[in-house]
Amino acid sequence: MAENVKPRVRVPGTASAGEAVTIKTLISHPMESGQRKDKDGNVIPRSIINRFVVDFNDQNVMDVTIEPAVSTNPFFEFEAVVPESGTFTFTWYDDDGSVYTESKDIEVS
Amino acid sequence: MELNRRQALTLALAATALAALPRDLFAASASLDDAIAAFTGGAEIGEGGVTLTAPEIAENGNTVPVEVVAPGAEAIIILAAGNPNPDVATFHFGPLAASQFASTRIRLAETQDVIAIAKMTDGTFQQASQEVKVTIGGCGG
Amino acid sequence: MRKATTTLMGAALTVGAVLPLAADEDAQLVVNGEIEMVTRAEAPPHVDGIREVISGWVFRSDETQALQMDDFDNPGMIFVDQARDMFGTVIGSEDKSCASCHENPEALRGVRAVYPKWDQAAGEVQTLEMQVNECLTQQMGADPLGYTSGDMTNMVALISSVSRGMPVDVAVDGPAQSTWEMGEELYYTRTGQLELSCASCHEQNYGNMIRADHLSQGHINGFPTYRLKNAKLNAVHARFKGCVRDTRAETFAPGSPEFVALELYLASRGNGLSVEGPSVRN
Repeated sequence: MAENVKPRVRVPGTASAGEAVTIKTLISHPMESGQRKDKDGNVIPRSIINRFVVDFNDQNVMDVTIEPAVSTNPFFEFEAVVPESGTFTFTWYDDDGSVYTESKDIEVS
Repeated sequence: MELNRRQALTLALAATALAALPRDLFAASASLDDAIAAFTGGAEIGEGGVTLTAPEIAENGNTVPVEVVAPGAEAIIILAAGNPNPDVATFHFGPLAASQFASTRIRLAETQDVIAIAKMTDGTFQQASQEVKVTIGGCGG
Repeated sequence: MRKATTTLMGAALTVGAVLPLAADEDAQLVVNGEIEMVTRAEAPPHVDGIREVISGWVFRSDETQALQMDDFDNPGMIFVDQARDMFGTVIGSEDKSCASCHENPEALRGVRAVYPKWDQAAGEVQTLEMQVNECLTQQMGADPLGYTSGDMTNMVALISSVSRGMPVDVAVDGPAQSTWEMGEELYYTRTGQLELSCASCHEQNYGNMIRADHLSQGHINGFPTYRLKNAKLNAVHARFKGCVRDTRAETFAPGSPEFVALELYLASRGNGLSVEGPSVRN
């Protein structure tokens, strides 16, 4: 498990039914690309977050395939439609098998 | 053929020099084409249906903000033509995506074209590309 | 005498220092639509070499400036969150957390703006890092944090973040005066193979390009800063070490009296600018 991996997500607290909301997500992760070498000249193996999935209630909003060219502390901003009150779940998948999650509720008026 | 010592040495040096050239030099365009073909299946790509926003000059190649939007797309791939591996990220939009917009930050190894290709829901493909200049800073990089 | 010459030279060169097109001179920095930052101010009275103090934010590209304007765009804020967790965590033999005495990070609003400052009990000028370690070791019975370690820098970023928008206001006189004077001397002393002083770049050549880098005035109101270059929070003394190394000089250590003095002096050059830490820079 990579150390100190912490998500930071902004979802508005409320929205009207069918409204589009902007969501910003950050997660602290070194995103070791596999291109760097240590001081002995050995390649530091790749270890990145390779996939990011956003769901709302039971439906998918976005699924991102991530390669080493995405910067350290990966950031994603996108828009989701909110048909009803519910919960956004955010899932990040790490090369080493770890899975990090975060969820945010939103109320629809 | 008979080589004297000098000729043999020169040949050996030349061979070593050639072998030492980064494989990437010859593979670069091949691997970008492969990455594009993997996404499009070799289909024709039009221009205009996708907008790519990236700085003209990156403040720092380690963290370059980019945005893509392609109304009506089911997926958008971002590629960096001059990176060791051209694939950067692929956004697949689900049923609750409000728009086909995504923003992220990427690493660019050097000045190069950043390319966005959108796969539209009707199966066609659109692309946009922009050169981003990547510089080496003055003090400590 | 040296100072007078530097001032004259400084005046001659800075008249020509114009911000190149990459930076938007009139851009306003408002964070989260709420925190209005002062990024340009009249130089404080103890600064002779420049007429206007300008935050490093102004010198960055439009895209970089934008990253600091929203706490969900600013990657430095993930580390502030981590420090928040640490703030409430009990640590050390006294069974306390920072919150045991300080309630919450917001209660420390105003602190960043006046540090480094004279500590009467300790009999010296202290930086925020020194104060944090004093709390840890003397109040909490815990081990000190490494001066430029991740945990320490995150904590300093948290303490800075709750003072954002407030004017930097460090004391240059009274018991701190001799420390301040040492810092001023260090600022103007040329060192290293390249024979450069801080002033050579940051007072005489701000606004110019050094290779592809846009030179700022070198203020520290934005520290700790999230640098795009290494994608992490950077502490002030770590940056000093880098700058000194870049002039190919023997560098002082983080936490050394020299760097503490330099930090006090540098902070004072920015008196009037808003606390921005954690900022986003190159």
